[in-house]
Amino acid sequence: MSAPEHSAENGVRIGVYVCHCGTNIAGMVDVRAVTERALALPGVVVSRDYRYMCSDPGQELIKQDIKDHGLNRIVVASCSPHLHEKTFRGAVAAGGLNPFQFQMVNIREHASWVHTDRAAATRKATDLLRAAVRRVRYHKPLETRRVPVREEVLVVGGGIAGIHAALTLADAGKHVYLVEREPTIGGHMAMFDKTFPTLDCAACILTPKMTAVKAHKNITLWSYSEVTEVGGYVGNFKVKVKRKPRYVIEDACIGCLECIEACIYKTGRWDDEFNLGMSKRKPIYIPFPQAIPQIVTIDAEACIDFKSGKCKKTCIEVCADRNAIDLKQKERVEEIEVGTILLATGFKVFDAKRLPYYGYGVYPNVYTALEVERLLNASGPTAGEVVLRDGKTPRTVGIIHCIGSRDEHTNKHCSRVCCMYSLKLAHLLKERTGAEVYNFYIDMRTPGKAFEEFYNRVAEEGTHFIRGKVADVYPAPENDGRLVLQAEDTLLGKVRRLPVDMVVLAVGMEAQADAEAVRRMFNITCATGGWFTERHPKLAPVSTFTDGIWIAGACQGPKDIPDTVAQAGAAAGEALSLINAGHIELEPNTAYIVEDDCCGCKTCVAMCPYSAISFVEANGKAEVNEVLCKGCGTCVSVCPSGSARQNLYEDDEIYEEIGGVLAYA
Amino acid sequence: MPETTTGPEAAPEQFEPRIVAFFCNWCTYLAADLAGTTRLKYAPNIRVVRVMCSGRIDPQFVLDAFAMGADGVLIGGCHPGDCHYESGNYKTLRRFHLLHRTLQELGIEAERFRLEWISASEAEPLRLAVNDMVEKVRALGPLQLKVPDEQSAEETEEVAVP
Repeated sequence: MSAPEHSAENGVRIGVYVCHCGTNIAGMVDVRAVTERALALPGVVVSRDYRYMCSDPGQELIKQDIKDHGLNRIVVASCSPHLHEKTFRGAVAAGGLNPFQFQMVNIREHASWVHTDRAAATRKATDLLRAAVRRVRYHKPLETRRVPVREEVLVVGGGIAGIHAALTLADAGKHVYLVEREPTIGGHMAMFDKTFPTLDCAACILTPKMTAVKAHKNITLWSYSEVTEVGGYVGNFKVKVKRKPRYVIEDACIGCLECIEACIYKTGRWDDEFNLGMSKRKPIYIPFPQAIPQIVTIDAEACIDFKSGKCKKTCIEVCADRNAIDLKQKERVEEIEVGTILLATGFKVFDAKRLPYYGYGVYPNVYTALEVERLLNASGPTAGEVVLRDGKTPRTVGIIHCIGSRDEHTNKHCSRVCCMYSLKLAHLLKERTGAEVYNFYIDMRTPGKAFEEFYNRVAEEGTHFIRGKVADVYPAPENDGRLVLQAEDTLLGKVRRLPVDMVVLAVGMEAQADAEAVRRMFNITCATGGWFTERHPKLAPVSTFTDGIWIAGACQGPKDIPDTVAQAGAAAGEALSLINAGHIELEPNTAYIVEDDCCGCKTCVAMCPYSAISFVEANGKAEVNEVLCKGCGTCVSVCPSGSARQNLYEDDEIYEEIGGVLAYA
Repeated sequence: MPETTTGPEAAPEQFEPRIVAFFCNWCTYLAADLAGTTRLKYAPNIRVVRVMCSGRIDPQFVLDAFAMGADGVLIGGCHPGDCHYESGNYKTLRRFHLLHRTLQELGIEAERFRLEWISASEAEPLRLAVNDMVEKVRALGPLQLKVPDEQSAEETEEVAVP
């Protein structure tokens, strides 16, 4: 519908478009009524409702009306501006107007989806639309800002996600800084024996990629290092990386490992982190034979020289000609500048001690799944021979699913990988030991390519499946070292007590313990439980709300290796897209000073978190550096003279919005 | 204080407060978006005005909202330490305390002006905060700003900033 020509006010000609979004909006908001009421507002020339405003025909409506009715302001009432503001700005620009002569009204996420009273939701939508119509009259044409993007990329975390992303970016010719806090890259994947459902040897597929990282001319690998500070913004982040002292000069060490042999401790005495404490290492060590970089690390808390200063320093003696050991090495801080950042910081395994009734840490023959991975692995504590802590080979094994997953008391989420890795472990344990393997599961979850087929295969091999959650693990009354698993078999409807030699706890995945600190440092958001939040769960799964920072792998949520690698590739692709564009367009929402009104009080100068405002002595006025300003508007709200202003969020515009939502009949 | 009732027998004439909400673009506005996508239901009384940062909220916005008929004003920002712009929310916090006291001296009850830290993933806390505030302001009834008598009106006239 169109209004008579006289409704145009001071040359402002507004077009209003109210979206049905199918039934998403129209189901709870009387779209027709909202559209009609908008037409009565000052300046509104055209007001229409349409089924899907974001569709091509919807956008075409706007473009056509701009031509036919000489519109110079557009208001669209539809979904969140976080979803389609860009879409409609594009349509407005294609119609020949400045894209910022536009205002979006959120009547879906903020109205139709959250209310149950149609009349109240319609009133709210009307109020919000009125506010936008009043606001948009004050909009002025603006130009987007272009910020150049540096080519260097920071990848945080050297698990399979970080490795894959780093290689993808480096192969495209971009320089990558890969930062890993452990002495070696490889992450959890390096600890696995085989991978489901193909039973690929984890090391066989991972170590070539690890070696490629080390060899790549475009990758600077900093292991045993942590990011400590992140400043700057998209295109030009300034990052500080703490290089922890490993007491070995990385460039000099050739990985001959003779120093480990020469250590005055003839055998290991300290828990080997890589084997989860199931074997011992010396104070000077390398996590595992294929570690990258192939450089030893000295554990200052274990080394006798750090404790007493009275070691014979046999390691230094044997390293004589290379002189790679430096016991006086200090922590160093590297400062780098990068254009984009990829976070691939991974997950932590659920601590089974939190569920004491499973007896982990009490009964020696209760293992976590990750410990069993190490037991199965040829470079593990038993060189791949599956033997219990008393040296016996298990004849019966019980695998308990959902430890720390799908549990009201620990984590409500499903960890997604445990059913599949339990099947894998069942297959491997049966293959290596001939043991009878019993899986206690709640539901078998095998959604994935070739997953269900693998489940069938393992079942056909004779692995037993008992549907029921184990409630208790206790020593067998015969006192023969076996443990009894007590569970209600929900298919048979009776309680079963099954004595086994070995218990495997299928522990779930949790966010890293320091996820909160990390996300704060990078200024991104976390969901409940500490998983990093993606910009959109479906359409921007690896983006964050901070431009120039992407997430990949299990730091975003539990996932398996194929999904992790896919995300890493996606994140690298998104970063490449931005790097190759060479610049990013930023919102023109910067602050500026109206020089004539500025009294030179300097209040704004102190308020700016980016030191973007300076005081110009020559004229006694403040001045905003547009490149540094990020558009928070804090300076505007403190300016006593009203000379500090913000594009897109001008005082006039906000006052009109406040008045608009409150001006009701 | 009027009784608040719920359920189908609720009086049709129940007072519905108008609450202006200033939400920052990065945390609380997104929490409200998330409440939408997850279809949480909350009271339809708030009207959101989006700002990039809660630090943009000029105390005058709040005063104007009350002056123009709002029964309550809600400010939503990122948790301390989480500000997208480093420290805007701390500046909001300082202003909030001062303004809150001033408003009470003007006769605007404490419950009518509220500051909440709600992150982008906290749709449920948003729902709870909105519902709680609506209930409290509903219990207070419509905002009755004292109309100044003639003498004080003249005084106001004299000290008014041009």
